[in-house]
Amino acid sequence: MEFGITQFILAVVTTNKEMVSSSMTPVFYARDDEHKERLALLIAKTTQGMVHDLESGTYIIVKH
Amino acid sequence: MEQYFILIITALVMGTIARLLMMKVDYRQYPTYPQSYLGHFTLGMIAAGLGAVTVPALAEKEYTAITFITLAAQHFRDVRNMERESLDNIEVTELVPRGTAYIEDIAKGFEARNYLALLTSLASGIGYFIGQHFELPMVVRILVGVAFGSIVIVIITQMLKGVSIEDIAEVKPAEISFDGPLLTINGVFVMNIGLKDSQKIFLEKGIAVEIIPKDEDAMSVLANVGQRQAIQHNASTQLGIRKDVDEPDFTPIARRNPENGNVVMAIITMNPDVDCLVEVVKRTPVLESSKRRALDVAFKSKSEKMGR
Repeated sequence: MEFGITQFILAVVTTNKEMVSSSMTPVFYARDDEHKERLALLIAKTTQGMVHDLESGTYIIVKH
Repeated sequence: MEQYFILIITALVMGTIARLLMMKVDYRQYPTYPQSYLGHFTLGMIAAGLGAVTVPALAEKEYTAITFITLAAQHFRDVRNMERESLDNIEVTELVPRGTAYIEDIAKGFEARNYLALLTSLASGIGYFIGQHFELPMVVRILVGVAFGSIVIVIITQMLKGVSIEDIAEVKPAEISFDGPLLTINGVFVMNIGLKDSQKIFLEKGIAVEIIPKDEDAMSVLANVGQRQAIQHNASTQLGIRKDVDEPDFTPIARRNPENGNVVMAIITMNPDVDCLVEVVKRTPVLESSKRRALDVAFKSKSEKMGR
């Protein structure tokens, strides 16, 4: 069996500068949509998480 | 001992043949590899041996010897546990897991096949013994034993055949589209895919099916999570999934349409061919643990009466 935390938000990637994290989840601010896409891909690949779009310029990376 | 020697050999051979017949060379039927083959062949032979010595033991009025048939029950349970354990151990190495329901079904299948070996050799032994009782010539006794064994093989293999998705539902190719970031198949939301590149790959190379249950019972079978996991696993192993461990975006997910019980699934394979996908889904076995009777016969007739 493999153990680990799942269904957990690992990171928030956003172009919305007003977003503030109130928990342990780190927030990454992107310059534009292209940067946001790249940043999300890099974090997802590193953490083996999945990128979900919350629209209005915010992505979350979730460990499933 | 000598008078039973031929009986035991006949029964043992028939039981072993019964086990061998169930080892089909088909990679959907795990395992078909040389090591497991030998293991299961030997275990099947032991089961056949237990069945074979039952009749001589009874004939010699050694009734206590029957208790060692209980050994057989223990032995078969071990076969089931062994299969379950080995499949559980390799589960983490699968890109798309089999799921516990599928593993349980496979393990039970292996247990049942050993019962088949035991019952076949038992029937052969009885057949031979009847021949002996009527003092038939040796060849005829063996033939009677073989005939008895064959009847049991035919009956039990027919019984164990089971049904596949094809028998309970219709499988049709489906359309993949995106509603914002939501992957949608024939109007059913499946999952949220953030990355634009992944969305593009889904639109370009993704293939999808819709599984339409034929009746209420089929609907509840398809609602079972284990059954859907089995479909996902079969589709991805047989078609070759285009996914690695760090790409959860491309994990096939079968979602249910709560309105009508239809199940939709999208998958990205190395070689997108929707006809192959339809075929694979059709041939997925219906798991025993997912079988339900949504509307019991008694309830049905009662509601019919009330309707009248």
